[in-house]
Amino acid sequence: VIEYELNPSRDIPRRRRRVRMPGVPLLWAVPGFVLAVLVHFVAVGAGAWYAFTDWNGISASANWVGLDNFREILESEVARGALWHTLELTAVYVILVNAAGLFLALALNRTLRSRNFLRALFFAPVVLSSLATAYVWRYLFEFNGPLNQFLGAVGLESWQRPWLGDPSFALWAVVVVFVWQYAGLAMCFYLAGLQSIPEEVDEAAAIDGASLWLRVRAVTVPLLAPAMTISIAYTTIQGFRIFDTVVGLTNGGPGSATETLTTQLFNQGFAASRFGYGAAFALVLALLISIVSITQIMLLRAREARV
Amino acid sequence: MGLFRYTTKTYARELLMLALAAVWWIPFYFLVVVSLKSDQEVFTESASALPRDVAWDNYSSAWEGSSTMSLATAMKNSLIITGGSVLALVAIGSITAYTLARHRGRLGTALYLTFVLGLIVPFQLGLIPTYVVLRHLHLSTSYLGMILLYTGLLMPLAVFLFTGFVRTLPRDYEDAAYIDGASRMLTFTRVVFPLLRPISATVAVLSSVLIWNDFFLQLVFLSGSPQQTVVVSIYSFVGEYASNWNLIFATVILSITPILFFYVFAQRQLIRGFTGGIKT
Repeated sequence: VIEYELNPSRDIPRRRRRVRMPGVPLLWAVPGFVLAVLVHFVAVGAGAWYAFTDWNGISASANWVGLDNFREILESEVARGALWHTLELTAVYVILVNAAGLFLALALNRTLRSRNFLRALFFAPVVLSSLATAYVWRYLFEFNGPLNQFLGAVGLESWQRPWLGDPSFALWAVVVVFVWQYAGLAMCFYLAGLQSIPEEVDEAAAIDGASLWLRVRAVTVPLLAPAMTISIAYTTIQGFRIFDTVVGLTNGGPGSATETLTTQLFNQGFAASRFGYGAAFALVLALLISIVSITQIMLLRAREARV
Repeated sequence: MGLFRYTTKTYARELLMLALAAVWWIPFYFLVVVSLKSDQEVFTESASALPRDVAWDNYSSAWEGSSTMSLATAMKNSLIITGGSVLALVAIGSITAYTLARHRGRLGTALYLTFVLGLIVPFQLGLIPTYVVLRHLHLSTSYLGMILLYTGLLMPLAVFLFTGFVRTLPRDYEDAAYIDGASRMLTFTRVVFPLLRPISATVAVLSSVLIWNDFFLQLVFLSGSPQQTVVVSIYSFVGEYASNWNLIFATVILSITPILFFYVFAQRQLIRGFTGGIKT
């Protein structure tokens, strides 16, 4: 009797121990499923349809206008500029933010005593509102602001300029702010990748006499390829979607030097109530984003198959 | 291990990185310093000089907000919308993910893949129809409308994160609770949900930051309404006070305080969320 109490499992028939709870009803997944499908599929599908109409948000019905909205995008100088700025800005942003992120990750991966503290400092801007961040930088870029005062103090008066008021610099000022804000995020993608590389591999190469630079090039970077794919894809999509930073810094100006697809989507679709035309910008944006997403998935799949 | 010792070279590298971090943080220096300067000092003094008389009343003016809305009200709106959406995301997201993770058949897999596809679909395209529908239902400037919208918007992300976690949970706990006579719902709320705590924290922290900071949707839906949120308030505040940088920066600091608080106390969940939620 005593033994039974101490060791109850022994006397319980095997069958009973394998009793399984019956499956949960799929019905439980319905509310979440419906919400997600409404927002991500029904609304998005409807948006694709609006892009081929002339709807203004007020009239009772939308008329099918075929490709007219897209023709207008190609013919309008501002709209073409917006598309071009988006591509230009994204390309430069992706290169700079990934270079900065990779550098920070390599520098803060191991050995440094303050690495956790430093990571936290570089990541902090990521969690801030990009609109608020943009306002801080707008002040730094003002003509009488800190940046020009600094240039004056170190004898570079000739470099002083109204950064955000100069059409040939405004777009690059936007890129600088965007890189500053999200380098810490790229850093985290690469840190996650670095942490999956066993220290022994790196150490083995070091014992064999490989220099730091060679180790980075021959060991670290190839093993970082998946992290790089994810980071590049994510930051590319970020670049396409940029909105808050542009609104906060330049609001599309000077003139239309920093208009992007999203500012046009907002200005045409909502401010000017041209829903159909605005939706056409959204469709162009969606196509760009989809191309990047699909490429990313194919690259990751192909690499997994090879390994 | 011996090869990665802490040498003088490492020490130099450490100092270099600390210096770089200090440069990186220069914008925060100006943010704080300017927010404490009086109206005259902002324009007369050199930008980098510390304030001579600390002007704390910038903060009380900022708290009063613009002529149309106080920052306190905007904070309350942001809190309700963010809090409501996060609660819904954790509650609905966890049970949805749990259900899908325990249905490994064809239908369950198909439903799960639909969520994964939802992660990729660019929502920008759905913005205009959503606006039209919510306006038609008179929900476009309501808390409920925004909460429903954000819940649907971030549901794929929540389900993706939760499902990955549930799949690592052994079913034994559920079976044990079932043997003890608990109903399936009770098993979920009392046994499974508490086990999900780490991932619930990640989902909650990540979605709080994303929703609190989101500007586009709040600008489109709430601008000028009594439900206007903090981000939109800063936007209209800047429009109103064009270059009163001291007031603008005091507002900015007040508006990012809740998030910074989060960042200090839930940093790990935040970073895990940001990097893990994107790995598709």
